Amino acid sequence: MTTKTATLSSTSHQALTEPKAVRWLLTGLALAFLVLFLVVPLAAVFVQALEKGLDAYWAAIIEPDALAAIRLTLIVAGISVPLNLVFGISAAWAITKFKFRGKAFLITLIDLPFSVSPVISGLIYVLLFGLQGWLGPWLSAHDIRLIFAVPGIVLVTIFVTFPFVARQLIPLMQAQGVEEEEAAMVLGASGWQIFFRVTMPNVIWGVLYGVILCNARAMGEFGAVSVVSGHIRGLTNTLPLHVEILYNEYNFVAAFAVATLLALLAILTLVAKALLEKKVRH
Amino acid sequence: MSIFFKQRSVLPGFGLTMGFTILYLSLIVLIPLSGLLFKTATLSWEDFWGAVASARVLASFRLTFGCALLAAMINGVFGLMVAWVLVRYRLPGKRVIDALVDLPFALPTAVAGITLAGLYAGNGWIGQYLEPLGIKIAYTPLGIIVAMTFIGLPFVVRTVQPVLEDMEKEQEEAAACLGANRWQTFVRVIFPAITPALLTGFALAYARAIGEYGSVIFIAGNMPMVSEITPLLIITKLEQYDYAGATAIATVMLVFSFLILLTINLIQWWSRRHAER
Repeated sequence: MTTKTATLSSTSHQALTEPKAVRWLLTGLALAFLVLFLVVPLAAVFVQALEKGLDAYWAAIIEPDALAAIRLTLIVAGISVPLNLVFGISAAWAITKFKFRGKAFLITLIDLPFSVSPVISGLIYVLLFGLQGWLGPWLSAHDIRLIFAVPGIVLVTIFVTFPFVARQLIPLMQAQGVEEEEAAMVLGASGWQIFFRVTMPNVIWGVLYGVILCNARAMGEFGAVSVVSGHIRGLTNTLPLHVEILYNEYNFVAAFAVATLLALLAILTLVAKALLEKKVRH
Repeated sequence: MSIFFKQRSVLPGFGLTMGFTILYLSLIVLIPLSGLLFKTATLSWEDFWGAVASARVLASFRLTFGCALLAAMINGVFGLMVAWVLVRYRLPGKRVIDALVDLPFALPTAVAGITLAGLYAGNGWIGQYLEPLGIKIAYTPLGIIVAMTFIGLPFVVRTVQPVLEDMEKEQEEAAACLGANRWQTFVRVIFPAITPALLTGFALAYARAIGEYGSVIFIAGNMPMVSEITPLLIITKLEQYDYAGATAIATVMLVFSFLILLTINLIQWWSRRHAER
């Protein structure tokens, strides 16, 4: 809509952004979409949980099966997150500090668990360790139970959270290069000294970022854990499985009360993530 | 480590870290995954085909892949819009909105599932307004699309956003100077530049929706032939000790997921080559 007499600056200003009506429309649509799909569900969790008052809410959380589920969830995350942390650091060191062939392929393999459906992640461990599985007969002969028991839950959790730390660290350490480590080497530092004094301080926020995402998924995983858990109340029930059981028993207030614990974890994760993103970028 | 043809480096620890990486990767990922393929290989063709091509399984494939496609398309359109608004416009509370986009990654799927089912049920916050209009969402395929849209929401935003941020204003200025109006600039200059990212985000959202279980089953209704998704069918077969059937269906899904992964890699490779020219 520019006339020929308009100055260049006003021409480019008009042509470089959308008309006001379009801007309002786009902003409105985008916000409406986010409110409908994110804000309303998040609010609904808390409203439904507190529908029958604080006492009912609290009772659902301190009930023994709920406490057992909380304990198991903490144990599972407490084992799988540190293991994947060690793996992530080790893989990132090998991949970013050395040159070798097949590097891209190795990175693809590490990312693989993200493209496997949670249900299939559970299934592959049932096929391996279940009673009819490859190692099933040997395991039952030695009285070892992995499936429908805690070790199976830990294993599938490790699988579904496998890439988190590595995928955060690899690009970060790649960008950092090897000069600082090589300089430390020349100055006579040992391998561990280089790692803890030179590499770690540079990537510590990135490591934390990966650990937080890894932990959120480890505590919240449902599909894969549901396949291998056997749903034994008080024994092999993690928090998400406990939510499912309560919901299927039409005990909605209790289900949503327990769900608020996981929703709070999600909110904490998002806050920590936003804070760390600033640190990682600078 | 001779298979890797490592080039000489002064830094220590290659053998240790690479050895541990390969060992851990094999134990946790490669051996269990190949177990699935071996199990499939032990099935006869008739068994495999019988398990995969039964009417109930085919209906679940149609439902899962179809709903996932629609959900990914919704996310393609609105994800682009959200990314655009977040990068280009001034907005109060932008950091909070930006952080909130990742909620579907952080919120456990079971929580998302029961919440969406509650909201869209006939007496729910949203469902109560739709029911008089004759629209039923919970316990129908529409509910599946809603859950899949929720779970795939961050992908398109997070792939398109950095590309929009990095885009140089000069190209748009050049287009404007050459007389293009804003719509022409968007279609001819901006859109081609973000297309690879948009396609990648779309494919990621699609792949995630196909495999999704937790957030879908509560809202789906789970009626065989109508609203039963494939991951649920795998679990049903497992609970009936039909390991062969579960394995065959899982293999089809897995192969499909890997094809999507390959497509994503091709898009990335193509866009990198395009950028270098």
